[in-house]
Amino acid sequence: MKEFKGRVIAAGNWKGEAVVSRQGVNTLATFQSSAMNNKPEVIVSDQNNSDIYGKNITGKALCLPITIGSTTGGLVIQTVCDMKINPAAFLFSEHIDSLAASGIVLARVWQNSPVICVDQLGEEFLKTVNTGDQIEIKEDGTVIIL
Amino acid sequence: MIDYKMDLTAEQIEILEGKQGETLQKVMETVVLFGDIFGAKRLVPVTYKDAHLVTSFGLGVLKPLYETMDQLIAAGLKTKGMFTVDPRPIDYENVKCNFLEKFVFNKKMYSQQEKYEAQLHQIGLKDSNGFTCTCYYPEVGNRPGKGDILTWAESSAVVFANSVLGAKCNRNSGMLDLFGAILGLVPEFGFLIDENRKAHWKVIVKTTKKPLPQILGSAIGMKCMEDVPYVVGLDKWIGTEITDEVEGYLKDFGAATASNGAVGLYHIENLTPEAKEQGESILRADYKEYIIDDAELERIYLNYPIMWKDTSAKPQLVFIGCPHLTYNQLCDWTDKLVAGLKETGKKKLTARTVLTTTPDVADKFRATPKYQELLSTGATLASICPLMYTNNPICMMLHRVATNSNKLRTYSKARYYKDEDLLNILVGKEGK
Repeated sequence: MKEFKGRVIAAGNWKGEAVVSRQGVNTLATFQSSAMNNKPEVIVSDQNNSDIYGKNITGKALCLPITIGSTTGGLVIQTVCDMKINPAAFLFSEHIDSLAASGIVLARVWQNSPVICVDQLGEEFLKTVNTGDQIEIKEDGTVIIL
Repeated sequence: MIDYKMDLTAEQIEILEGKQGETLQKVMETVVLFGDIFGAKRLVPVTYKDAHLVTSFGLGVLKPLYETMDQLIAAGLKTKGMFTVDPRPIDYENVKCNFLEKFVFNKKMYSQQEKYEAQLHQIGLKDSNGFTCTCYYPEVGNRPGKGDILTWAESSAVVFANSVLGAKCNRNSGMLDLFGAILGLVPEFGFLIDENRKAHWKVIVKTTKKPLPQILGSAIGMKCMEDVPYVVGLDKWIGTEITDEVEGYLKDFGAATASNGAVGLYHIENLTPEAKEQGESILRADYKEYIIDDAELERIYLNYPIMWKDTSAKPQLVFIGCPHLTYNQLCDWTDKLVAGLKETGKKKLTARTVLTTTPDVADKFRATPKYQELLSTGATLASICPLMYTNNPICMMLHRVATNSNKLRTYSKARYYKDEDLLNILVGKEGK
């Protein structure tokens, strides 16, 4: 069991499975195929991200450094939250980027989404956590790898 | 009222308290919460009022977008200046679609296009020609000056405005661009602060020939991610003045840095405005170095995955112009296609080819004899967003799409070809 503490962007208590990308997650490329085709779950469609390509991230904790790519990113996150096919939590090792931050705020303010977001968990967090790990998130920004 | 950290004026607090209506309150809440995440101390006025929005497509799934637009319109809210917006996804006149494609586009994917365009007009869209990702071209006229504070989105436009024009804009997301334009205010953080515009990376270009902007930008984007690069050695190949040709190069370079990474600002030694003013003092004390030579560019190029089932097959549908072509690029591609066909003795290009540019540039080009020359090759001219057109299962099932755009490659299954290779394939030179 290992514990990390980050900054709370959107608070919540949660337990579940981690999906880990050790490289920047391209939001549009990741979500677009599932969202555009109205799928009940997000199967990652970013061909350039071998860490998570083809993985189901709906209802999981997506662990990542930052998001990258198109500035539609925030709207994409808001939309998948509205469709309720979003990752349950976004756990950033670095300072959250502006596109992901927009998406989380839009989802919270306009959709009342319960999406959880913690950033600045540190490089060690991303080195330690692995896809498939069970993790626990506390509303004070504590993340425990069980 | 939400908890917030930044200093707000009495009027801004009044908006946040809902005294100017519930919808404007939510707009202000979003912008303030967003700014607080980045430690913004205050909201600052947008000094260049005309915005550029990224969301131009009426995708059926974007319900939150249309609901928000309806709320904004019902509240009588409009942007302070006019705005342009990214290209439309479809243009049946110039990019022909079969029955199945039309059914998918009209009924499944872009079912809200008409409604959304009407919403855009009500909020403050410039005019029906205002659909382009390159609003900063002289023909379009949405072009800020050095030091202007913007509320723009579209990653390729933001990186161009920051780097080439010297304006100040963060990599805003869709919706935040619009909210900033309605309030006339943006949170002060990131690229709005001079210190944050300093470079984290010194990228040293040591190639033996002029690097392709699409691959150079891709390499830098993948390495630097959201950091600011200062590129040295490139002026040897593209000069020290920002001409029309150089703007085209930097537009393609920047789009690749922004889509293959998250670069929002770059500096080119002896060329871009802040690099010219500050020289190497623009580098942060703890900067890192990245050397790019011919081998590094080839390594990057060879690592691009080819998403076609049959990798030895030829392209069936080619898009040139993501981001939209400059007028000069459009003329140049026309000349090369015409000359190439003349050389090979063929009458038409080997694949259906669509060149894309802004509606205003397209109008200008269509008034010249070159337009008929372009049509004579079999190519067409359109102003759509190739990404939004191609990125669906039907298109990928029906066509093997090829492009010279690294951005389009990144977001679709289109295969990337270097300019020269694509030209050779199109004019039938390959294998002759």
